[in-house]
Amino acid sequence: MKILVPVKRVVDYNVKVRVKSDGTGIETAGVKMSMNPFDEIAVEEAVRLKEKGVATEIIAVSMGVPQCSETIRTALAMGADRGILVESDVELQPLAVAKLLKAIAEKEQPKLIILGKQAIDDDMSATGQMLAAFLGWPQGTFASKITIEGDGITVTREVDGGLETVALTLPAIVTTDLRLNEPRYASLPNIMKARKKPIENMKPADLGVDPAPRLTVLKVAEPPKRQAGKKVGSVAELVDKLRNEAKVI
Amino acid sequence: MTSLVLLEHDAGGIKQPSRSAVAAATKLGEVHALIAGANVSAAAAAAAKLPGVAKVIVADAPEYDHAMAEPISALIFALAPNYTHLLAATTAVGKNVMPRVAAFLDAQPISDIAEVIDADTFVRPIYAGNGMATVKSSDKIKVITVRAASFDPVPAEGGSATTEPAPAVDLPKNSKFISAELSKSERPELTAARVVISGGRGMQNGDNFKLIEPIADKLGAAVGASRAAVDAGFVPNDYQVGQTGKIVAPELYVAVGISGAIQHLAGMKDSKVIVAINKDEEAPIFQVADYGLVQDLFTALPELAAELEKS
Repeated sequence: MKILVPVKRVVDYNVKVRVKSDGTGIETAGVKMSMNPFDEIAVEEAVRLKEKGVATEIIAVSMGVPQCSETIRTALAMGADRGILVESDVELQPLAVAKLLKAIAEKEQPKLIILGKQAIDDDMSATGQMLAAFLGWPQGTFASKITIEGDGITVTREVDGGLETVALTLPAIVTTDLRLNEPRYASLPNIMKARKKPIENMKPADLGVDPAPRLTVLKVAEPPKRQAGKKVGSVAELVDKLRNEAKVI
Repeated sequence: MTSLVLLEHDAGGIKQPSRSAVAAATKLGEVHALIAGANVSAAAAAAAKLPGVAKVIVADAPEYDHAMAEPISALIFALAPNYTHLLAATTAVGKNVMPRVAAFLDAQPISDIAEVIDADTFVRPIYAGNGMATVKSSDKIKVITVRAASFDPVPAEGGSATTEPAPAVDLPKNSKFISAELSKSERPELTAARVVISGGRGMQNGDNFKLIEPIADKLGAAVGASRAAVDAGFVPNDYQVGQTGKIVAPELYVAVGISGAIQHLAGMKDSKVIVAINKDEEAPIFQVADYGLVQDLFTALPELAAELEKS
């Protein structure tokens, strides 16, 4: 079975991001970029399915600026077979991304599409669910375990208060939560090999999609700052303050 | 302008995050509520009592049990033409269902709003809460999830809405609920608790979370954890407080052995009073704490339990 894994290029999770002083967005110039961590988990899961003989081919897709090809190369070095880059100068929001992915899925006919549960830049947590709706497929979001058997997939999901298990018919969408797996580091030989793997380039127009954003960002502000409070010298003093000053216990 | 709010319910009535979503919706005009599930007459009655709700639409059928995304999103899509805004709380259910609805409507969802500016304009956190983006939507019907910690929930009682049954909808049959394994706890849910005590990597292992329990019992607190503690396998993922876990805003938040990574702060910095207990004086958590105690947690926690026993 073919697996499609969309991967997003985002500001590295270790970078302390800063709001631009003119309030137009987040400072990204000269900032380290990496694959969205939840997407790494998605690539890892696909590669494991290939190693188990369940998957036959893994296609990594990324969208946006030309440098997204680096993110695809990372997926290829982890074990994906080939890449698709959809280049766009327009900011792509989840609605447009889901439409583009739908067009690619119709062409490639994967049985499974694994996505990260959210991107750590816009924190929307929407693309997988929207893609499932566009394709008319069922969805197993926030997955911590998946099992494929015959025409179905069983997905254990991280929900409020615990875990939930659902059975979906294939083709299906899975979005990854933290504990699905621990992604591997690409080895040097695999990074070298990845350079030779093919990446196909296309544009939104080639897929018949209008990528215009529906949400306009009017401004981005710093979150309200909390003032550091005081240090207390002992547990007894802490309890006294909570009782008599803050009056919360 | 009329909004429809998807309400989550359990034996205890309408869940608190959903009541916060109602509070957000009341800023947009008239509010209708949707109760979907199997045997939901009690939940429908509870929904009709929420102040600010004018009408409750009740979808009572076995297919709606467990709030599966495929049937619930089809139901909301069928109801959507009557509304300008469709809302749910930013919970596992809301996040699962609402983007699917948005796609059916060819709309870009507006996730996790923290403020309503006007009918088209909202404030939402990006980059784990390191930026607050003001966004304006050009979609005809807005599909929204609501950050519960940012809106005081409407009370559980005081309203008197009418109820009407939902229309029959053709539902997809490509997904099936198998089982749920919910953490059994006598304690309040993290997102609804008045007091939350969370442990971090400093707890060293899952067993040591037992040190937190007597304190949580004494204060009626929920127990949470940082992502580091979850990643290390100390506690299950549903304990996780942070941008990739639960967002909480209790009256008192106690962070024990938590350094204060940005991703964790994003999940708790709206708490009214924050206490940090950490042996590392330089830990960033102290920069947001109202009261900081620089002490080894393995001596501080037993002392705290003993001190609370006094009174």
